[in-house]
Amino acid sequence: MKCEKVSEELISYLDGKLDQSERGEVEEHLASCAACRTRAEEFRGVWSVMDEFPAIEPSLEFDARVRQRLAEEPRRSWVACFVPQARLALAAVLLIALTVWVAKRPASNPSLPLMPGEAAANEQDFNAIRNLGVLENYDVVTKMDALSELVPASKRPANQSDLQQTESND
Amino acid sequence: MARSDVQLMLDVKAGDDSSFDFLLRKYRSPLVNFLYRMVRDRATAEDLAQDVFLRVYRARKAYIPSARFTTWLFRIATNLALNSLRDNRHEKMAVSLDAAAGDEEDSAPRDLPAREMHIDQRLLERDRVAFIQRAIASLPEKQRAAVLLHKYEEMDYAEIAKILDCTEAALKSLLFRAYENLRVQLAPLVNPQAPQRAVERRPS
Repeated sequence: MKCEKVSEELISYLDGKLDQSERGEVEEHLASCAACRTRAEEFRGVWSVMDEFPAIEPSLEFDARVRQRLAEEPRRSWVACFVPQARLALAAVLLIALTVWVAKRPASNPSLPLMPGEAAANEQDFNAIRNLGVLENYDVVTKMDALSELVPASKRPANQSDLQQTESND
Repeated sequence: MARSDVQLMLDVKAGDDSSFDFLLRKYRSPLVNFLYRMVRDRATAEDLAQDVFLRVYRARKAYIPSARFTTWLFRIATNLALNSLRDNRHEKMAVSLDAAAGDEEDSAPRDLPAREMHIDQRLLERDRVAFIQRAIASLPEKQRAAVLLHKYEEMDYAEIAKILDCTEAALKSLLFRAYENLRVQLAPLVNPQAPQRAVERRPS
């Protein structure tokens, strides 16, 4: 065994972690190599000297300080688990508030009963649309699906041609 | 029967805070000592040890027993110590450009206590401890952590390698270099008859 190889194994050797054959090889080398033998002895010496470094005792308030610091930690709510950033959470809340406000506006809520005056105005509007020039044949317009099956414009009566024009303009 | 550390931690995860107190009592002293020898300042070591326990407690819900509890604990402690040393160095460097210190794995020890102290066989015990403390502190940080876990925590190579995030072969090489450095640094105490050899045998 060479010095280099012994160096790789020296710590394990001194720790007693080598198996019998590896230990035998290292010991054989140490018996014949003064430099490695000195190193091994001095490593043992280093360990022995290091034992003089005494352990310290943690201060008496150590445990109390840990518990105090744990108690000081803000309890994270379940919302915080999902939304770690406060600004993101605020933006989400504002978005929801805006959505609710828009949805609750009375004009867009058809389930509310109409006021008498309002109903009359709606009736008037409906009639005006029904009587528009381009929508002469109201019944055909209300059955728009049927338009797709109409014959080509050249073979159609005049009023149906108008309707076709209306549809394509839309 | 005594519960294993992993079982205690699983109990903490399940909401049993008394198991956390048990782990706290069991590991406060090893952690404070490891950190004290790493950072050389008692107050900082205690703060960092508290940080370790805080992190363990915070992570309890996500705890999965994939490794030994001590591996996890000392890995957190080592990382906090290295960060603290790094932050401190940056602070010092801001004050003085002379504070630049070797951070590289293979760099030579930062100071040579043998040169600073009057070498004498009759060193007082207090001086000897201070000498040893400085010798350990002079090691590059990763070497220092490896030596402390090996010598004082008596951990096996596999566990130290996991804590330091390296292979076992790399760890053995790291330990060898660390003890070679210490052999030079501590020569006046190891070989009081021949203190002059310390200078001759600086590691290459």
